[in-house]
Order: sequence, then structure tokens, then C-alpha cells
Amino acid sequence: MKTKTGTRQVIQNPNNDIAISVTKLYKSFKLPTERAYGVKQAIFNRIIGIKGYKKQNVLNGIDLEIKKGEFVGIVGRNGSGKSTLLKILAGIYYPEKGNITINGSLIPFIELGVGFNPELTGRENVYLNGALLGFSNKEIDEMYDEIVEFAELEDFMDQKLKNFSSGMQVRLAFSIAIKAEGDILVLDEVLAVGDEAFQVKCNQFFNKIKKDKSKTVILVSHSMASVRQFCSRAILIRNGRVEIDGTPEDVANSYSLENAQNFRSSTSDIPESKSIIKDLKINPLSSDQVTQKDSIKLDISYSVQENVDTFVAVTLWDIMRGQPLLNSNSKSHLCSGSGQKSLIFSTNLTELNDANIRVYVSIKNSVDETLVFAPDENSPTLILRRSDYPDANNKTTNAVLFNRGSFKINKD
Amino acid sequence: MGIPRVFNKKNRILLAELTKTDFKLRYQGSVLGYLWALLRPLMMFAILYIVFAKLLRFGNNIPHYPVYLLCGTTMWSFFTECTSQGIQAMVVRGDLIRKISFPKYIVVISSTFTAVINMLINLLVIIIFAIINGVTPSLSWLLVPLSLLELYVLSLGITFLLGAINVKYRDITAIWDVCIQALFYAVPIIYPISMVIEVSPLAAKIILLNPIAQAIQDIRHNLITPMTTTTWEIIGNFWLQILPIILVIVLLILAALYFRKKSKFFAEEI
Repeated sequence: MKTKTGTRQVIQNPNNDIAISVTKLYKSFKLPTERAYGVKQAIFNRIIGIKGYKKQNVLNGIDLEIKKGEFVGIVGRNGSGKSTLLKILAGIYYPEKGNITINGSLIPFIELGVGFNPELTGRENVYLNGALLGFSNKEIDEMYDEIVEFAELEDFMDQKLKNFSSGMQVRLAFSIAIKAEGDILVLDEVLAVGDEAFQVKCNQFFNKIKKDKSKTVILVSHSMASVRQFCSRAILIRNGRVEIDGTPEDVANSYSLENAQNFRSSTSDIPESKSIIKDLKINPLSSDQVTQKDSIKLDISYSVQENVDTFVAVTLWDIMRGQPLLNSNSKSHLCSGSGQKSLIFSTNLTELNDANIRVYVSIKNSVDETLVFAPDENSPTLILRRSDYPDANNKTTNAVLFNRGSFKINKD
Repeated sequence: MGIPRVFNKKNRILLAELTKTDFKLRYQGSVLGYLWALLRPLMMFAILYIVFAKLLRFGNNIPHYPVYLLCGTTMWSFFTECTSQGIQAMVVRGDLIRKISFPKYIVVISSTFTAVINMLINLLVIIIFAIINGVTPSLSWLLVPLSLLELYVLSLGITFLLGAINVKYRDITAIWDVCIQALFYAVPIIYPISMVIEVSPLAAKIILLNPIAQAIQDIRHNLITPMTTTTWEIIGNFWLQILPIILVIVLLILAALYFRKKSKFFAEEI
């Protein structure tokens, strides 16, 4: 039963340019199935032989080395282990196995609002928070004005925190985290902090800190735009492992792809088992990450059990915008009768904008009745990212590069 | 982790801030505010005094019995306040523990500090009452802090042990409430130990082996009247005499080790 636990040590070595080093980090949680909230339940469970928990492996061997001055984005789907990793880095959770070395002082900002007390005033909370982060009153005295100024809460600091709006509380907590003079900043899901004006300010701060080579930032985010904008490096975590460690662009694209693949449609109304169409296979011949210069190419094959003429219908579905980008079919070349059929579908992408695309394929008969609809797990997903950025406004709004029209000025 | 690291500068600052917060919040929203720290034990004393000294006529043979009683109830309040607050501390501060990494024992110690401050203020009241009541100050008063320390160390030991268990099994809070009720009658606070000696000297000896009883009797002995029966008087064997003190020290060490081992997982379990 006795196993060697992991270690986390904090050092202060200015000569070493590694800020964080993580080796072979493992962490699992015992998720209670029948929560033993009390002694009675615990004893009862023990007697009747219920273990009372299920072991959930959250981190499965994370290796990570972060250099000083890096701005690292950590992305991953919900439940991939990002937050657990962050909490272990911040020393809140204990590493089960593996070693962590933190070089410098670490300021965490985890789950909005770092332990504020609603009954204390804003000012008192700043000092309490500072003490929790390891600063003396004198050090906080020096930071105080800057914190309040950044949070834009000068008029409220002598009010009790319970009278702050939730946005104001978060602003204050965030200001403490970023104005505290730490070497390593660990931020979890903070980009939705405050109103638009405050967000602009945060963006400016991030851009500034990105250039500061003495500060290291680790940012967990679901916003790929911010990962691209701020991070110098990004890490994709999947099932508690480092899946990709590379440029923000690569990681952001893979993350979008991963999410897109998980998008489920509810249109499969005809199960394949009852259909006269069997073995519908869609085999992508093109890459799942494409630009406007590439084309999509699919090898579609199926077998027809009865003597029915069939054709293939293909839809490119834009997952983010929730609309079809292209509908196409082979009705003009009906496949006749029963037997094995095989077709190649291809299209170029010159007129499409950046999109996460799911390709839906269905087989229909000559009177347009759907015979089978390819199930989601059989539908290829791909990410289109234009390399030419034709128009910054069009890029993020329209699915298709519309002709925007032109103005002829008659009177100026 | 040696004592110097446990109370390094960072941790001392945090301890001070958390204590200040606890202290501020305790009486917030009440009209009389901090006065309650004095009024509550005095009122409790008044009730016990009317019931036990006036109606049941306890302690007729003890000089300065009202102060003697006040001293006992104050020390008892200190013990119960310390432990009750301390056991709850980890749960009360749960959202801090889930968000920031800091030494958890500081939360426990800071939560007991309010009780320490209250006790010290009440001690001042006792001393004033004692002098009014005709007790003459003596050198033996200098021994009182030792007994207070013993009582505090005992409270800390219980708090560390039960507080750590309470994170996972919240029943501890309820169980401890009952234990406190039972202990109250097992310690000679409202009744003089002489009443027990009359019935069964052995029972009296067992009662005075309880560190709480031993400490409170010592405080009364040194502060109010040398007539107080103490563990040292009633028990002959030296090893039995120091048994309560050894118990207290061993409990604190074991409890602190247990707390340290468990505190790694508080953030996950709370």
C-alpha cells in the first residue's frame, strides 16, 4: 500500500533559466460512488464491502519544461486534466507520483476570486490575499495603489466585499494576481474577466508581459484567439497527457479539430442495420488540416442490397456557425442496381473562409428518399485555415468569402 | 520541518492576518460587538453561580468560591472555544484551501488565537474580581502561564487530530459537541473536587488525571486559593503525577504528525 509519493519543491535560482520542470507527473482521484459523508456510512461501506469510490486517473505522466520568459497556453477539453495540472503546479493538490520544481515565486489565479471574504472591506481583502500569497504588509503597501488603480475600484475599497458586483470582485482578484510581484503567473480561465474596457486593459497587460523575459506565464484557456494572440508556446492536453507541445497555431488548430470531431449531430434517423445500404465507408484522401489551396477529397463506398438506383449526397457542415457550406450530390450519375459502389468526391476550398467542417454523407434513391445517413463517427472532420487572410473582417464573420460590393461616391 | 521553518516570517504574517480577520468577523453585525467576548462568559458564570453556589450551596468550604467558579468556567470556555473553532477551521476556510497553497496548520492556529485573546482578557477580569474579593497577589501567580500553556497545547492537539478527520468525516463536529458536554461534568468546574473525595477518593484521583482538570485545578491553586485540591496533592506516585502532562505533549506530537500527513489532501477532500 505504501508507495512513494511525488514531490514539489520551490527553489530560487536566478541562474537557472528553467522556470518550471515537471517530470512523470501522475494524479488520480478517488471519486466517491456512494459518498461516505459520515463515520456511519464509512463503517457501513467497509462492512458490506463497498469500496465507496472509483479511481479516476486524471494525469497520466506529464512531462513539461517551461523556460523563464515563456508565455505558455494550456488547452484541452473539459476534464482533460488542465486545471488539475495547474493546481498541482500551484501546490494546492499534491502530486501522486513525479517531481515538480518551481524556480521562483508563483502567483496562482485559479477559479475566479481567490478566497475573498465577503464580510471584509476591499482593502482588508487585498492585505489578507497578499498575506496568503506570501507578501508582507509593507510589500503590499507598495503594490496597493497599483492594484486598486488597475482594478479601477478607487471609490469602493472601504466597502465590504459583499457589496461589490461579481465583476468587480473578479477584477480586484485579478489585479492582485497580476500586480503582485511574482516570477510565475498561473492563470486559469481568466480572459472573461470584467467588462470590455477591463478586457482591453488585460490584453494590453498580456501583450506587455509577453515581452518581459523575466516573467513566466501559464494560461489555461478555451479561447483559441487569445492563445494565438498572447502565447509563445502552447500545449494540448488530452486524457492527462501532453498530446502536442508546439506553436500556438498548431495547438489551436488541433484543439479546434478535437472539438469539432466531438460535435454530434442528431440527424441520423435511419440506422444502417435496417437500411438496404450496407458498409457505407467514407475514406478521406485529403488531410484534416487544409488551407484554401488544398481540396477535400473523399473515397465513398457502399453496397446496395436490393435492385435500387442510388446516388450520394455530400454536405460540408460548418460546425461553429451551424450552417451548410456546400451541398452536392451525384444525382446526375445514378448508380444502378445492387452491388458494391465506389465514388470519389472532391471540391476545392478557394471560396470558403476559416471553418471547422464536418462532412456528412448520405445515400439516397432516385426519388430523393434518404436510404442511409453516415453516422457521426464515420463522418470526417477537418479544419480549414486560410493562409492568405483575404480580409480581416470577413475572416471571422462570414463562412463564405462574399463579394462585399463596392461604393461609388457621387457627392463627397 | 523544524520549528524555525514552521514560524518563518511569511507564515507569521499570514498567521497575523488570519487572526485579525477571525477576530474582526467574530462579532461583526452585533450591537455590542467585542463586548460579547466578556459578557458571554460572565453571563454563563452568573447562571452557574446562582444555580450551584446559591441554590445548591456548593463550595461553601472554599474561600473566594465565586472567583474560583469564574476561573473554572473561563478556562473551560477557553478549552471548548479553542477546540470547537479549531475543528471547524479547515471546513470554514475551505474555499481558501481550494485556491491557494499555504501551510494549513496556520488556519488551525489562527482560529484558536481568537479564543486565546478572549481568554487573556477574561483572565484580566478574573484577576480584578479576585483582588476585589480579597485574594492577595502572590508569587505563585507566575506559575499560571505554565498551566495556561498546557491547556492550550492540549486544545491544539485535539484540534489538529479531530480537525484533520473532520475534513473527511463531518460527524466529528457533532460528536465533539457531545464529548464536550460529557467532559464538562467529568471536570470539577461547578462542583468542588472535595465532594467527590467524600464519596470515592479513587474517583477523585481518576478525575484529576484528566489534563483539563489538572490544569484548571493548578490555575485555581496558584491564582486564587492554595486550598484547591490539585493532582500533585492527591496522587502520590511521581509518574502518575506527571502523566497528564506527558499525555498532553504526546497527543500534540502525534496529532501534528497526523495533521501534516493528511493536510496534503485537504484541498481535494474538502
